[in-house]
Amino acid sequence: MEGLSFFPKEASTFAPRTDAVFFTLLGLSAFMTLAVAFLLVYFCTRYRRGSKARHGGRVSKLIDLEFEAGWSLIPLFIFLFLFTWAAGQEFTLFYPPKDALEISVVGKQWMWKTEHPGGQREINALHIPIGRPIKLDMVSQDTIHSFYVPAFRVKHDVVPGRDNEMWFEAKEPGAYRLFCAEFCGTDHSRMIGTITAMPPEDYARWLDAQPTGETLVAEGRRLYHELGCSGCHEAGGSVRAPPLHGLYGGPVPLEGGAVVTADERYVRDSILRPKSQVAAGYKPIMPSFQGSIDEGELQALQAWIRSIGDGGKEG
Amino acid sequence: MNTIVDAQGSGSSGGSGSHSLPRQAERGVGREEATSYLTAGHGVKSWLFTTDHKRIAILYALTITVFFFIGGAAATLIRMELFTPAGDLVSAEGYNKLFTLHGVIMVWFFLVPAIPATLGNFLLPLMLGARDLAFPRLNLMSWWLIVIAGAFVLYVLVMGGVDTGWTFYAPYSTTYSNGYVVAAAAGIFVSGFSTIATGLNFIVTTHTMRAPGMHWFRVPLFVWSIYATALIMLLATPVLAMALLLIMIERLLGVGIFDPALGGDPVLFEHLFWFYSHPAVYIMILPGMGVVTEIVTCFARRRIFGYQFMVYALLSIAVVGFFVWGHHMFVAGQSMYAGLVFSFLSYVIAVPSAIKVFNWTATLYRGSIVLDAPMLYALGFIGLFTMGGLTGLFVASLPIDVHVHDTYFVVAHFHYVMVGGMVSAFFGGLHFWWPKITGRLYPEAWARFAALLMFFGFNMTFFPQFILGWMGMPRRYHEYPSEFQVYHVLSSAGAVVLGAAYLLPLGYFLWSLRYGQPASDNPWDAKGLEWRTASPPPKHNFPSTPRVDEEAYDYHPPRRPPGGHLDHPSDGRPAS
Ligand code: HEC
Ligand code: HEM
Ligand SMILES: [Cu+2]
Ligand SMILES: [Cu+2]
Repeated sequence: MEGLSFFPKEASTFAPRTDAVFFTLLGLSAFMTLAVAFLLVYFCTRYRRGSKARHGGRVSKLIDLEFEAGWSLIPLFIFLFLFTWAAGQEFTLFYPPKDALEISVVGKQWMWKTEHPGGQREINALHIPIGRPIKLDMVSQDTIHSFYVPAFRVKHDVVPGRDNEMWFEAKEPGAYRLFCAEFCGTDHSRMIGTITAMPPEDYARWLDAQPTGETLVAEGRRLYHELGCSGCHEAGGSVRAPPLHGLYGGPVPLEGGAVVTADERYVRDSILRPKSQVAAGYKPIMPSFQGSIDEGELQALQAWIRSIGDGGKEG
Repeated sequence: MNTIVDAQGSGSSGGSGSHSLPRQAERGVGREEATSYLTAGHGVKSWLFTTDHKRIAILYALTITVFFFIGGAAATLIRMELFTPAGDLVSAEGYNKLFTLHGVIMVWFFLVPAIPATLGNFLLPLMLGARDLAFPRLNLMSWWLIVIAGAFVLYVLVMGGVDTGWTFYAPYSTTYSNGYVVAAAAGIFVSGFSTIATGLNFIVTTHTMRAPGMHWFRVPLFVWSIYATALIMLLATPVLAMALLLIMIERLLGVGIFDPALGGDPVLFEHLFWFYSHPAVYIMILPGMGVVTEIVTCFARRRIFGYQFMVYALLSIAVVGFFVWGHHMFVAGQSMYAGLVFSFLSYVIAVPSAIKVFNWTATLYRGSIVLDAPMLYALGFIGLFTMGGLTGLFVASLPIDVHVHDTYFVVAHFHYVMVGGMVSAFFGGLHFWWPKITGRLYPEAWARFAALLMFFGFNMTFFPQFILGWMGMPRRYHEYPSEFQVYHVLSSAGAVVLGAAYLLPLGYFLWSLRYGQPASDNPWDAKGLEWRTASPPPKHNFPSTPRVDEEAYDYHPPRRPPGGHLDHPSDGRPAS
């Protein structure tokens, strides 16, 4: 970890851009603060009671309206410029590149569990390659947490009951702090870890050296059978239920006429709250799995359904 | 009042320093013994069941002083714990309960009532030329409600403890916290009624009880600020009540509202909470702006620069303040478009704040300035509020907030506005109106010393926290990595200075009650109706209803705009 400084390391592609906005604002604010402070001190000395300067009287030359208009409009334009510039960066933050490496993260009181696509798992730690966009799929097992890596200038809340996403690209190898930034109870301040960014070759080597558990997709497939989903959803099952193959990413006509896209959220809701959106032509007989599976299992099922989705190969 | 005060300022009072004004009451004139509100009744009952707005203001002042020092004690323990990276002084659980106690007490039982319910209560009728507030008994009820609610919440927080933070985020508060969440929420719920009643009372009073001649654009800006605050109190507080009620329902009855395990949505709570709490931060700053305006004009002997713009700025802050709440949720998963709109509006709301700062500064131009204690506090306010407001722009910028949200940067931002701004203004106002309220002068030298000490102590405590946040130190951490220690140590050391600066006024104010010089009716030679009555004022404020035939802050002849006519013609229009 770096030693003491005024300045957190700029270790991601976002960092320099965030810092550019920050330092522009800092310069502007320092200027405004100093200008106000200077004027306050200057006026208080020059116009102190008993000084020789001219006091009071009408200030006919100072025309209210022009001054007021000036110091309302000038800040407004500066602010608008700043806003637009800063907002521009927000767009990139919201759209992870397609080729991103997807890593799943589970936050729970009080640890971070991470899992690589090959099934390698870590606790309060995450190894990533540099120079490649990383997308985190994050869920919470209990309350709200927040995944925060100061050196990358990224943070995103991990809200329970939702699929939370965030992405970044590390550009310098090193070990960086990972914090939980949203208060989550007694040991909130111990919910911290380390992100290790390494060159891609090192990352590949590191992956190989890890014991591989079951991958998320494989776990999902196993659960699909164990939880009895297949009993209904496979052809020839006891009841009629829509096939899940080819579902993900495509349009789903609902009972009542609406059509939605089968995304993470739709799949999550279908499993936890099947009655909220019923597929057209089917009876609402699917049981809710709310409470009987945990967030990790849900994530695995989602991963599996995604893998057999529109364009998915695995069966 | 209508005698011409030397507009050049330097003339009669020239050179003789700040004590040239007839501050002290002449012997024999001390009207205090006759009918002052302080002596108009005796015994505990005459205080606890009074309907006199001035006495109720005193009751409020005593109440919030107690809360301020309790909240301060919690802060002291927090800063002591953070002196070292290890969590060695209190347990993690204990630390979480401490910052919750600190936040809850300081926000709802100190800052929200601070200026409105004490100075506002005392001064609003006096400044309007009225005998009391519109609903004196409602006023008394407001005080009783906050005392009962406050005592209850305090009992819960100290004896049982709640560890959710003042923000009560669900589902932590509804499902996972072991603290006495329901009891605390119930107490805050009750205190909300006090706030709403106070707001209502102030609005009706301002509308209906202005003295003849005081039309809307002659109302002192302190009254405008209290009026704008009262609007927010009335419209925003019910939303807090709903949010807390829903928390209680979910926790007690297990109805799924916020907890996704029960089918609820945690982000819904964040929306409800901030829909109240962002406007509420303006409850905690607008009255301070009003106080500062009164002080700056008096000690610079200037009309306020741009009176009407100051009014519009206050009102636009109050209105736009209702539409920026989403800036607290940039990283909570709200849509990109929502983020953009809330960021944009947050920038917009900074404009009226900037206007106010510029106008205060411009007011000093060609003034005749005396740096007495109230003025020192007011100048401190302007500087610190500027910094607090500007850092508001940092956190309103999406990429920066993604980094500094929920870090010490945000902690520093809001302490600059709420403590640097509002608490400075509160102390400034206390000093300014102390002679009017108590009929005594406080020791000026000590007061100036305390004001300077507070300014330095404050910056030393909170400036390092900006750096901490920028470096990535999350807030609400009981333990922290050692690279942050230097700044925590600086901050804790500053807190010692700040603490001393807060204790000083307590000492000399108490001293002055007994030994202070009796004050004259208008020791600062200030404008405004409150100075036209005795110090301390009689029970019914004015012997006869005053008439207003001049503009607010009539410290010198009005200026002439291009058209050639005066900007606020003194046509003596009756109040409308
Ligand atoms: C009792 C039979 C039954 C079981 C068991 C069952 N489902 Fe379903 N499922 C259905 C039926 C019927 C529908 C269509 C009606 C609806 O949308 O509720 C459905 C719909 C769905 C959908 C939405 C598909 C679409 O085309 O809209 C998903 C996703 C899904 N189920 C996943 C699962 C998973 C995962 C499991 C196991 C954990 C599971 N189901 C277990 C009967 C079942
Ligand atoms: C000048 C205009 C202001 C702007 C643009 C602004 C902006 C913001 C933003 C964007 C946040 C959220 C930061 C985050 O959580 O990441 C914030 C937090 C906060 N602000 Fe301001 N602010 C302004 C003025 C004020 C004022 C006047 C006050 C109080 C008197 C105030 C009190 C607070 C508080 C209490 C919080 C944090 C609450 C919490 O999370 O516990 N702000 N501000
Ligand atoms: Cu946490
Ligand atoms: Cu806000």
